[in-house]
Amino acid sequence: MELKRVVVTGLGALTPLGNDVSSYWDGLINGVSGAAPITHFDASKFKTQFACEVKGFDPHNHMDRKEARKVDPFVQYAIASTDEAVKDAGLEFDNLDRNRIGVIWGSGIGGLTTFTEEVANFSKGDGTPRFNPFFIPKMLVDIAPGHISMRHGLRGPNFSAVSACASSTNAMIDAFNYIRMGMADIIITGGSEATINEAGIGGFNAMHALSTRNDDPKTASRPFDKDRDGFVSGEGSGAIILESLEHALARGAKIYAEVAGGGMSADAHHITASHPDGLGAKLAMSKAIADANLNYSDIDYINVHGTSTPVGDISETKAIIDLFGEQAYRLNISSTKSMTGHLLGAAGAIEAMASILSVKHDIVPPTINHFTDDPAIDNNLNFTFNKAQKREVNAALSNTFGFGGHNASIIVKKYHS
Amino acid sequence: MSDIASRVKAIIVEKLGVDEAEVTPEASFTNDLGADSLDTVELIMEFEKEFNVAIPDDQAENISTVGQAISYLEKNVNN
Repeated sequence: MELKRVVVTGLGALTPLGNDVSSYWDGLINGVSGAAPITHFDASKFKTQFACEVKGFDPHNHMDRKEARKVDPFVQYAIASTDEAVKDAGLEFDNLDRNRIGVIWGSGIGGLTTFTEEVANFSKGDGTPRFNPFFIPKMLVDIAPGHISMRHGLRGPNFSAVSACASSTNAMIDAFNYIRMGMADIIITGGSEATINEAGIGGFNAMHALSTRNDDPKTASRPFDKDRDGFVSGEGSGAIILESLEHALARGAKIYAEVAGGGMSADAHHITASHPDGLGAKLAMSKAIADANLNYSDIDYINVHGTSTPVGDISETKAIIDLFGEQAYRLNISSTKSMTGHLLGAAGAIEAMASILSVKHDIVPPTINHFTDDPAIDNNLNFTFNKAQKREVNAALSNTFGFGGHNASIIVKKYHS
Repeated sequence: MSDIASRVKAIIVEKLGVDEAEVTPEASFTNDLGADSLDTVELIMEFEKEFNVAIPDDQAENISTVGQAISYLEKNVNN
């Protein structure tokens, strides 16, 4: 079977750096941190009291009051970003075959806020179950693509991919595969997450996964710095319209980039820790490069998972050096989590978007907050520390790794007819 | 309008996102006010909470209009 080519024709973003794609990209290339004290709840008793929240988001700008009340914030975010992407792509669904348009969406956890509130209400009562009838359909991960399909009447493939912090990369790879196999013309993909609440921060704090740099939130996310002390929670949504090249050309769509390949693997090692030598990461990257039919020398930029945890940053760096050899030193590498924080299941979507825009604009966004080299990390690599760098970016690879040992890498490249 | 009636209407306006003028005694939750089956369950639960009563399922089945809700509550709520 001849596989179809797949291109990116629309983007939408709701991020800690800005509530649309252009403000997100401006924040990235200007090295802005999205971190600030938590406003979503009273965090005064928590070890971590800051996060990268979405700011100034009003769901009523995107849906009516009744609809907003029936969906969890992670779905509100999904709807806002997909609306932007649909508009950006110029999709007029009345003129398209809705049966051939799908939604494949990632979220690591789903409606954690809804779950927390409902269970807290129950535990406060006398044991009589008085759960809201919208509890389950607000909480389910897959309700996000469900709502997006209902909003636009899209009847193609529709489901969620769940692999913790790799979720939206898995969703994008699935979307890419469905389109190239001819099972859909267009898929709205990406992911959303909204876990800056008591359970989210408290749960990650209990694992010692989060930075506790409460006196200086903006420098807390510092991937590859010697004094990194954990990741910074982020939230938001990224929506990416993938489309078969022939369909995009037939409707005269603008094309941001081409999806070149995807690779997936498991560490088979530990529930939360990455493999110390980055075996799974290496396998995912090598599969993606083989799938893309590219050479290691063809990759110009890697948007790394790089969460700013002591162990994970080292193993990912080892994996890159091991796999790319000498070619590793001509790459630009950056962790945009230094600015956005870690959007968990939405990380893959907004980081693939950073890669797509990097390919489009030939600018690599930086890894901010670099103060001190870590002797455990090869600092001859170009981590794009502190300032964006201009270079020709023909192909970029985006890594995401999730609790459970899931690894997913996706490659985008410049579109040439 | 009785106190119960105005509180019932306020809940319906809030939960179903409808205009107060639409909330007439004859209005059906599902046919006139855009509620689905889950909305209707939620409304009954809100009435129970607001008026501190338990509405058994077999009674709840007979409450499908604004007027039916008001008259049920007027009969069963201890002021």
